[in-house]
Amino acid sequence: MSTKRIMKFEIYRYDPDKDERPYMQKLEVELQPTDKMLLDALVRIKNTVDDSLSIRRSCREGVCGSDAMNINGKNGLACITNLNDLKEPVVLRPLPGLPVIRDLIVDMTHFFNQYHSVRPYLINNTPPPERERLQSPEAREELNGLYECILCACCSTSCPSFWWNPDKYVGPAGLLQAYRFLADSRDEATSERLDNLNDPYRLFRCHTIMNCTDVCPKGLNPALAIGKIKEMLVRRAI
Amino acid sequence: MVAVKKSLPRRKFDVVVVGAGGAGMRCSLQLAQAGLSVAVLSKVFPTRSHTVAAQGGVSAALGNMSEDNWLWHMYDTVKGSDWLGDQDAIEFMCREAPSAVYELEHFGMPFDRNPDGTIYQRPFGGHTANFGEKPVQRACAAADRTGHAMLHTLYQRNVAARTQFLVEWMALDLLRNDEGDVLGVTALEMETGDIYVLEAKATVLATGGAGRIWAASTNAFINTGDGLGMAARAGIPLEDMEFWQFHPTGVAGAGVLITEGVRGEGGILLNKNGERFMERYAPTLKDLAPRDFVSRSMDQEIKEGRGCGPDGSYVLLKLDHLGAETIMKRLPSIREIAIKFANVDPIKDPIPVVPTIHYQMGGIPTNYHGQVVDWVNGENKVVNGLFAVGECAATSVHGANRLGTNSLLDLIVFGRSTGNFIVQQHLERQHTHQPIPEHAIDFSLDRVARLEARTSGERTQEVADGIRQSMQHHCGVFRTLKLLREGVDQIEQLAKQAEHIYFKDKSKVFNTARIEALELANMVEVARATINSAANRTESRGAHALSDHPERDDVNWLKHTLWYSDGNRLEYKPVQMKPLTVESFPPKARTF
Repeated sequence: MSTKRIMKFEIYRYDPDKDERPYMQKLEVELQPTDKMLLDALVRIKNTVDDSLSIRRSCREGVCGSDAMNINGKNGLACITNLNDLKEPVVLRPLPGLPVIRDLIVDMTHFFNQYHSVRPYLINNTPPPERERLQSPEAREELNGLYECILCACCSTSCPSFWWNPDKYVGPAGLLQAYRFLADSRDEATSERLDNLNDPYRLFRCHTIMNCTDVCPKGLNPALAIGKIKEMLVRRAI
Repeated sequence: MVAVKKSLPRRKFDVVVVGAGGAGMRCSLQLAQAGLSVAVLSKVFPTRSHTVAAQGGVSAALGNMSEDNWLWHMYDTVKGSDWLGDQDAIEFMCREAPSAVYELEHFGMPFDRNPDGTIYQRPFGGHTANFGEKPVQRACAAADRTGHAMLHTLYQRNVAARTQFLVEWMALDLLRNDEGDVLGVTALEMETGDIYVLEAKATVLATGGAGRIWAASTNAFINTGDGLGMAARAGIPLEDMEFWQFHPTGVAGAGVLITEGVRGEGGILLNKNGERFMERYAPTLKDLAPRDFVSRSMDQEIKEGRGCGPDGSYVLLKLDHLGAETIMKRLPSIREIAIKFANVDPIKDPIPVVPTIHYQMGGIPTNYHGQVVDWVNGENKVVNGLFAVGECAATSVHGANRLGTNSLLDLIVFGRSTGNFIVQQHLERQHTHQPIPEHAIDFSLDRVARLEARTSGERTQEVADGIRQSMQHHCGVFRTLKLLREGVDQIEQLAKQAEHIYFKDKSKVFNTARIEALELANMVEVARATINSAANRTESRGAHALSDHPERDDVNWLKHTLWYSDGNRLEYKPVQMKPLTVESFPPKARTF
């Protein structure tokens, strides 16, 4: 005798071609024994219940950042969210605060514009040596907790300051990356980077609400990085 | 169709790059920096490309840990390829490796460091000192997130260079004129559902692999062989498609990759008797033998009843003896993966692993400049306007089996050199865009329109599942002619079914059902190429292990397979045994 494993979902749906307004679709899906993660269930829904459900997904192992969404009220990655940890009905909504393109797919333009705005690339105008630039293990360790960011946007879209000013406030992810370069011993643009963030909005809309750190699926700490940038600005001013 | 055609939006570029993974973005960087107008298409935001999931390292004979030499690297790669690799391309790759890696570091890639500040290098399968004498530390690593670090660094440099990306666009078909020149592509803008003609003086395919034709793979959903499908439909052959790498350590039941770097740091494989069985199969290199070797050994252990678990269906990867500190420092990412997907903390317990499809050695044939070549009258004939780089290309540096860390290297060396070649060619030719014949565009639009029009028929994922089950069953680690021939028939049947797929959702905006249906056509070409090529190679070489012909046969089979979609026909061309400047490495017995 086999027990059917049925799970209940409520999923945010919106097709701009058809729908006047978004709605929550209630559905049930029969899961297979191999379906362990939320993404497995979503793929099962697409293949057996409703092929019109549009989601972003790629690696299915939590490294690419495609399938970030709001799961039972908290942002996370569908592919590393275990189905056993989810209360039913599982309520899925798009990442908060960004315009919805369709269903669970949001327009990431503001998010990526903010990332680009911090000049997220190493700036070193000294001619490089023939081999690698040397960097001590201690200096390299400073990058831990920063370079691992997968740009999934769970943090920035859980931040009320980002919700209110996505075009002016850089947001946790962008600021974490700004700090990644501020902290890199090989970078020479410290002064300009700090200038770039020194206005009422870009950095200082952070009020240490801390949703970002709470929600990061990779265990990173944007709030701490932002604190370190503020500290650098203070030191510079003294 | 006429009305649609006339209103089809068109854009013109110097170069269109299809795919924004490591190879695509390394190539686009050269183009953007040279001031060419380039558009990089990607089905996903660039940093989502599957390069991001690569873990272990990128190889280069830097000699930071002990003496090393690019010639040893070249030898290891030739032997790793079981002598099917083209030695001119392999020499080029291994010789350029140090400069390509140093350049990445200058770009800001956060490599792990030694106490003296140099880049940390770890041991890796098949990489040896002094032509096979003992393992050498050649894999330059960023923890076990080397692919992530590399891809993000390359994207960052492209941001600095202001490269234009067309994000969430899917390329559909190559556009060729009657002389066979490639003049651009048709492409679907996923957000709007609009189809464009993108005219380009050079088109670079960098679409990665096609692991999703298999039931279990380490690959992402997006790896559906799109570039290969486009090339096959355009009459270009696919090379060496029978050679697919089963990575020894995919998490049993989940397929997620656990890097070879675990074994590089000292991890070992155990059977149910707690025996380190690789000592038997590869006395010198043991767990660091090349991947095809290790996968076969594991498969054998499982077949002979020494597998672990309730079904005896996997073996164990033990690394607790490395100590928590080393694991947290060098292998933090795979620890997370083991906890999430195998319910196991490797600091305490071994990880259940099985050979899992990982990499496609074959692909679109190119010379070492990245130019796509057809085989005409016994000669390589360049297809004007078309290039291919990365996993989708067969240069061929990996031959019948790829060494770990050589793929990330392949991406940056050939991404860069192909970009440079295109810049050089562009400066010399300075020609205008050639007119594209309407029938080329029609072919693409009609194909899509037929798919669109169907309101009943087969379901995309059912046909795709059929292909996946068939490939896994008929074309596994150990193959037999009987199974392969069954596979040929079954794939042909599934190919026919694929011509009748439909999807219910006909909306325009970000319609993923449509994307998946379009991907299926590409997967079908790859599956046909693979199974037909495999069923005809009556020898064992590298990753193609045929029980009916267990020996390598250099007399009859030292040649590349070329599969043509039209007529499902096979041709062969010789391996390039002559390197660029050094002595050739003649075929030898491949033991470890």
